[in-house]
Amino acid sequence: MSLISTPQEKTDLMETAAVRGRSLWDDALARLLRNRAAVTSMVVLAILVLLATIGQALWIHDYDTIYRDKVWIAPTLEDWHILGTDAQGRDMVARILVGLGVSLMVGVVATIVSLAIGVTWGATAGFVGGKIDQAMMRFVDILYSLPFIFFVIILMVVFGRNIVLIFVAIGAVEWLTMARIVRGQTLALKNMEFVEAAYAAGVSRFRTIQRHIIPNVLGPVVVYVTLMIPVVILAESFLSFLGLGVQEPLTSLGRLISAGAQDMEPAPWTLIGPAVTMMVTLFCLNFIGDGLRDAIDPKDR
Amino acid sequence: MFGFVLRRIGVAIPTILVIITVAFFMMRAAPGGPFDLERPMPEETRQVILANYGMDQPLWRQYVDYMGNLFQGDLGPSLKLRDKRVSEIIAEGFPVSATIGLFSMALAIGLGSLLGSIAALRQNTAGDFSIMTFAMVGISIPPFVMGPILALVFGLYLGLVPTGGLDPRLGMTPDRLVLPIITLALPQIAIIARLMRASMIEVIRSNYIRTARAKGLSAPAVIFKHALRSAVLPLVSYLGPASAAVLSGSLVIERVFQLPGIGKHFVDAALQRDYTVVMGVVIIYAALIILLNLLADLFYGVLNPKVKYES
Repeated sequence: MSLISTPQEKTDLMETAAVRGRSLWDDALARLLRNRAAVTSMVVLAILVLLATIGQALWIHDYDTIYRDKVWIAPTLEDWHILGTDAQGRDMVARILVGLGVSLMVGVVATIVSLAIGVTWGATAGFVGGKIDQAMMRFVDILYSLPFIFFVIILMVVFGRNIVLIFVAIGAVEWLTMARIVRGQTLALKNMEFVEAAYAAGVSRFRTIQRHIIPNVLGPVVVYVTLMIPVVILAESFLSFLGLGVQEPLTSLGRLISAGAQDMEPAPWTLIGPAVTMMVTLFCLNFIGDGLRDAIDPKDR
Repeated sequence: MFGFVLRRIGVAIPTILVIITVAFFMMRAAPGGPFDLERPMPEETRQVILANYGMDQPLWRQYVDYMGNLFQGDLGPSLKLRDKRVSEIIAEGFPVSATIGLFSMALAIGLGSLLGSIAALRQNTAGDFSIMTFAMVGISIPPFVMGPILALVFGLYLGLVPTGGLDPRLGMTPDRLVLPIITLALPQIAIIARLMRASMIEVIRSNYIRTARAKGLSAPAVIFKHALRSAVLPLVSYLGPASAAVLSGSLVIERVFQLPGIGKHFVDAALQRDYTVVMGVVIIYAALIILLNLLADLFYGVLNPKVKYES
């Protein structure tokens, strides 16, 4: 596995880049595709996404059909309960597929929410600078040190379990690091020689932003977004585990794990199925995130 | 440095006040109240109970009273657990939460930085690869998955440790705390190992380390006297977020392992609208997190002479 590229490889790459004049993104893509862990993860994740979207509809059992005579059936080929049934006699495969779909959706939507808040906040602070920048970042510092999960829990209690609220609550909590990253990048780029050079060479402001600023801010943002999706999925399952996530009969991986943990003595398969699905999903997302980081910013490898 | 501490405390006090205020009004905005039973009680009884807790007053009045009592160190009575004061509930739960929290942090910092350094010094070897794989497992498996699995394997199948929470007669015994501590520490071990590896790699490539090697210092001297000191800096700035993560992780751990800590009360109290208990737990955790952040920042300054607590 070429998880870790050698320093030698790196210098080779930089030289070819100089010779052929490939763009930053061509290079990054080439590096990413050479990272076997990341590529495998992308394939597995694509399969998981397909299963969660189309698989649900194609699977012969429905996630909310209750088979009263088939409570806690161990995994069997009979009637295709290949992962068994839960405490109410519902098919585990169907439940896991729905749960996976909900978890992935929460991950993506909440990440977009926090991306929007974080980029706006960070870019504003970075561009405006001065006192306003200081005040805005001090605010982020203070929020950083708060026990946010408590407020999210209180929020969920106040407004009831509502999937939209989960998106907003988690997104509103996770934007802080994004704001810091974007602000740092903006601040650094504003005074870079190549930006100044672009101005001096008469490149239009729009073209400068498009050609120099955006690609340079985008790298760290893309990496951070990829690494944030698993964090958000974890946050949602954390809430679900405490009984504050989505409502029955709809489910999420966290909720399934929570139910499985309670029934693990009589029916360990109700824990193992969702737990393995969750681990595989998080593995993939983390490997892709790490791969992207190494591809876009190979400095640390 | 003294001025720095004063200024930080100057920010911390309004921060805590805002947290308390927001938590107070958010809790009260929740539908339902602590005295809603399945059977509706007679209106007179209800009024008597409300008056007993001062809850017949207008909301602003209750807020002023609550803050007044708080400044005298009184967190009020629990609204759900009869004859219990919030301070008693917290005092009972705190030793348990603090024990698992402290041991987890110690384990995470010790093992995490050790593994991270080894991975960095053996970069691109099988050792590095296996440590990083372990770290990936650590951050990909959440505590509420790891906890039940460890309990299933070590408790039920292997029978090495008892499951089912603390024995009330024996109190906190190591055999019942070892799994919760490991479960709580694992993600932090993983994160710290990754941080430590990245920063150590950066440091050992720097010029002053090359100089130290060139002048003939032994490898341990280079690592321990020169490299470690700057490599540990990112880890120190992570200590604040880490302590916050451990504190919120304890909410889940105490539930998974049925430990009578503070965190276990929080979710139940919020669901049952036990306002005073929710407030008490929020105040304690917020104060702890702010304090730990301050300590981490001070420690950072001690280690990094570039930081001046100026102005």
